[in-house]
Amino acid sequence: MTASQQYNERLERRRRKGLVFSVLLFLATTSGLVVLVTLIVDVVVQGAQWLDWEFLTRFPSRIPENAGIKSAIVGSLWMILLTAAISVPIGVASALYLEEYAPRGWLLKIIQININNLAGIPSVVYGILGLTLFVRFFALGRSLLAGALTMALLILPIIVISAQEALRAIPEGIRESAFALGATRRQVVWSHLLPMSAPSIMTGVILALSRAIGETAPLIMIGALTFIAFLPTSALDPFTVLPIQIFNWTARPQADFQGLAAAGIIILMVVLFLMNLSAILLRNYFEKYRAR
Amino acid sequence: MSSKRFSSRLALLAGLFVLAAAASGCASEPVEGQLSGSVQIDGSSTVYPITEAVAEEFMIAHGRAPRVTVGVSGTGGGFSKFLQGETDINDASRVIKSTELALAAEEGIDFIELPVAYDGLAVVVHPDNDWADCLTVDELRAIWEPGSQIGNWSEARPGFPDRELSLYGPGTDSGTYDYFTEAVGGASGASRSDFTASEDDNVLVQGISGDPDALGFFGIAYYEENADRLKLLSIDDGDPDNGDGCVRPTLTTVGDGTYAPLSRPLFIYVRPDAAEREVVRAFVHFYLENAGPLSRDVGYVPLSDEEYALALERFERRVPGTMFGEEAHVGVTMRELLTRYMSPEASSASSDSLLSEPEAL
Repeated sequence: MTASQQYNERLERRRRKGLVFSVLLFLATTSGLVVLVTLIVDVVVQGAQWLDWEFLTRFPSRIPENAGIKSAIVGSLWMILLTAAISVPIGVASALYLEEYAPRGWLLKIIQININNLAGIPSVVYGILGLTLFVRFFALGRSLLAGALTMALLILPIIVISAQEALRAIPEGIRESAFALGATRRQVVWSHLLPMSAPSIMTGVILALSRAIGETAPLIMIGALTFIAFLPTSALDPFTVLPIQIFNWTARPQADFQGLAAAGIIILMVVLFLMNLSAILLRNYFEKYRAR
Repeated sequence: MSSKRFSSRLALLAGLFVLAAAASGCASEPVEGQLSGSVQIDGSSTVYPITEAVAEEFMIAHGRAPRVTVGVSGTGGGFSKFLQGETDINDASRVIKSTELALAAEEGIDFIELPVAYDGLAVVVHPDNDWADCLTVDELRAIWEPGSQIGNWSEARPGFPDRELSLYGPGTDSGTYDYFTEAVGGASGASRSDFTASEDDNVLVQGISGDPDALGFFGIAYYEENADRLKLLSIDDGDPDNGDGCVRPTLTTVGDGTYAPLSRPLFIYVRPDAAEREVVRAFVHFYLENAGPLSRDVGYVPLSDEEYALALERFERRVPGTMFGEEAHVGVTMRELLTRYMSPEASSASSDSLLSEPEAL
């Protein structure tokens, strides 16, 4: 056997191994996709026949044909807008302080460790906190505001961490050149750091809000409602959200309610999809704006 | 790039958010002369379908002006809110507990206890099970009691085939589990722990209909919706005065209590001070007048017309306290109870000693 024959044989073996490896990687990638597709197909098959305009514009009912999801959709939208309005300014401001202003030292380290730990606390714990703090102590009652404040606490660590990552990704040279030209720290933040990090901050915010829109446990803790046949008119009104309505329907004995739950899941997925889409569009918009 | 342009864009975004929030909140003003105000209800998920149905019809009947809201925190979770004065009405799938009575006395919260319907617990097996048609309460207890070693149908009753016995039941947080263990095992929560438990009764239906050796229990509404893939067992409580021999759960046997001990009354608890408000008073009236057909609609067993009338009278007289005090009430019908405890004195005397001096607090 000549050296070149041996070489070719080994090359062949290495290529086969390489192929096997890439197939494994492909399977790993598709396994997530398969789960998602199965879920979507299953839900659409069950729920499609319940999905119509009436379903979107009616209040919950004991009669499946009359039941709708209006109050839950409006409740979820309110909830998300309020949560974003509370958590984004606070989260981005905290990240700016921690990254750009805070003196390095043990205090910063402790704060950082705490934020990382907060991101891992189970959501129901935030519900208990929200119940004692916002619902009872601040006497906000079982209102949208109490719910949004609780949700804001829940996603604040995620927003802070992702905003910090975004700020860290900006090259130090940008800051130094701005300082060299006589810019103050505030000017650097507003004219360079925020516009440059906006796309990645936006991505983090949308991911955090997507988590918030699917959460049920903390809202059940603070007493978000299940049957509500009117729309909230202020942040102090009672409310319900999509996941609670879906959960309630899945627990019913009648098969028709399982169909309604599936239709509710489709709506929730559409809302999530729209949120992710808007995140991508906003990111592209800011990236283009930055390029100019 | 300028910082001004960036901040103006941010301001635009914030403005959009505010606009969207305002747009989603356009309200309809309540009409003059109509009932308005809010009724806040929370509590049991078992009672929820009835209260939801009543709330729906009540709001339609009053032009959607009153705001009735219903939550599902569970009976216990609901009571903890009710006894803090956070809700007007609590849905309960069991009678108020002595610890909750103590809390009520401590907080100075009074309540009116009103039965609204019955629920039967169905004991079911797989449809292929051709050996079991009826179980006695003693057999159920032997199977379910804490530390029970029965793992085979032949051990449950001599003559049953030598097949593995697999048990299904609601999770320990549910009122259904509490009631079953109390009725069968003698104490709330007294049961073996090696059974397949789920908080979602539909999961239990799935499990039992796929397992020929299964034995399980849950609310009767779940049997009725799945009657084609389950087999319902009759129950013999060994008390001939209370229905002789095996009793099958039906509208009649659950309603008159002969399907003992697995039929239970469902309640609402109303705060008398909340009932001062016209909207709450009207809602409770509407509830007791319409609970019959509505509870049947959602899979429960209505009380008799006479019992609803008595419950309404109890509410009108604002009779405080519970009808289920320390003394045992086995075999006493709801009608007798409602009649016996119609005056405030009789009712508070029957309740816990802790409650006998609420006025002093």
